[in-house]
Amino acid sequence: MIAVIDYDMGNIRSLGYALQRLGAEWKLTSDHSEILEASHVVLPGVGNAAEAMQRLKDRNLPDLLWKIRRPVLGICVGMQVMCRHSMEGDVECMGIFDAKVRRFEEAPGIKVPNMGWSPIANMESKLFKGIHSNEFVYFVHSYYAPLCPDTIATSRHPDLFSAALKYENFYGCQFHPEKSGEVGERILANFLSL
Amino acid sequence: MPAKRIIPCLDVKNGRTVKGINFEGLTDVGDPVELGDRYAQEGADELVYLDISASKEGRNTFTELVGRIAGSINIPFTVGGGIASLEDAARLLEAGADKITVNSAAVANRDLISEISGKYGRQFVVVAIDAKKVDGIWRVTTHGGSRITDLELFSWAKEVEKRGAGEIMFTSMDHDGTRNGYPCETFATLCDSLSIPVIASGGAGSARDIEEVLSEGKADAALAASIFHYGEISIKTLKESLAEKGIYVRK
Repeated sequence: MIAVIDYDMGNIRSLGYALQRLGAEWKLTSDHSEILEASHVVLPGVGNAAEAMQRLKDRNLPDLLWKIRRPVLGICVGMQVMCRHSMEGDVECMGIFDAKVRRFEEAPGIKVPNMGWSPIANMESKLFKGIHSNEFVYFVHSYYAPLCPDTIATSRHPDLFSAALKYENFYGCQFHPEKSGEVGERILANFLSL
Repeated sequence: MPAKRIIPCLDVKNGRTVKGINFEGLTDVGDPVELGDRYAQEGADELVYLDISASKEGRNTFTELVGRIAGSINIPFTVGGGIASLEDAARLLEAGADKITVNSAAVANRDLISEISGKYGRQFVVVAIDAKKVDGIWRVTTHGGSRITDLELFSWAKEVEKRGAGEIMFTSMDHDGTRNGYPCETFATLCDSLSIPVIASGGAGSARDIEEVLSEGKADAALAASIFHYGEISIKTLKESLAEKGIYVRK
């Protein structure tokens, strides 16, 4: 059973459908024992990082997440709140990944949010097994994690940033694997086989 | 920089696709899910589904359809048509839509953009702007171009951005349906003045038109309906020809 953490942050329906298409059984939950017993845990997230962090704290989830020894995947804002800090709302985050989340700077020709399909490169994890450098995935975000020791994939807008992070059993994707076509499905399948 | 996006638009009436070509192997041309899935396989970067049913039953059928689309399509999709309230947006989000598009309702009630964006995030809100040139000024129109408002295109686009739109979809009513191409200079001015992405809609008659609006017109994405539905050009061929011209597209 895969636990998708329920903290009322955005639309998780497409993530659920994507897991279903892979034949996985999943449950939306904020119940601590269910989360600890799950084979895999997904922390989704759409919206504001400060609000996401507050909602996690309201449910005593940050401390719980640290205790999980099974694979955990944070997606988009879910990944950002697993970093040390976010500029969005100037909020201290969980500190699992050694990065401080920053906002993209608007510049001529550089749109914020970074919305659309961009290639990923420099992949260094089983999460990307079978994925070639410069395959495209779908991003929607105004904030990003800079490169850091936990970076396991990069993308550009226009400078390099962390497309994915890993620390021990914790993984994070800035892009949305559930919306990234076949490439995204392979990444989710890789996560489920960790 | 993300790749330039190609977005087929499907009109849906009472749960059925209105226009559509007979792809080989497609069992049901009228099924919006099957047609959308085919476009996704061909390399479409996103899909837009517009509900053109004018009845309450049609609306309900569309909401059910959005759930089916979310269940089987693995790329982002936007839905629109008659969204006039936060409740309409909530219903479609709940059904699984990634984004919604609002048009006339945003002009009638400007707070609608901020309300939806404030609640569900900027990435969820695409504001469609239809405009036509009247006495040398681009005027915003509503109700399919039939009503001309006092709003001027560029200042309205700025306001829409400030109010929380994540993207703007601009249609020139002078070009829509003509298949003579897009007003590229206007697109370039619009794109330069905004920090959010601009989707070009209405006017594509050929691959060349799309190439122009994505290069000279600086648009971030191109939306088209008839050139795909009537099978004049496949998305795969279009993207190959754009790539040959040096336009950055997802392969």
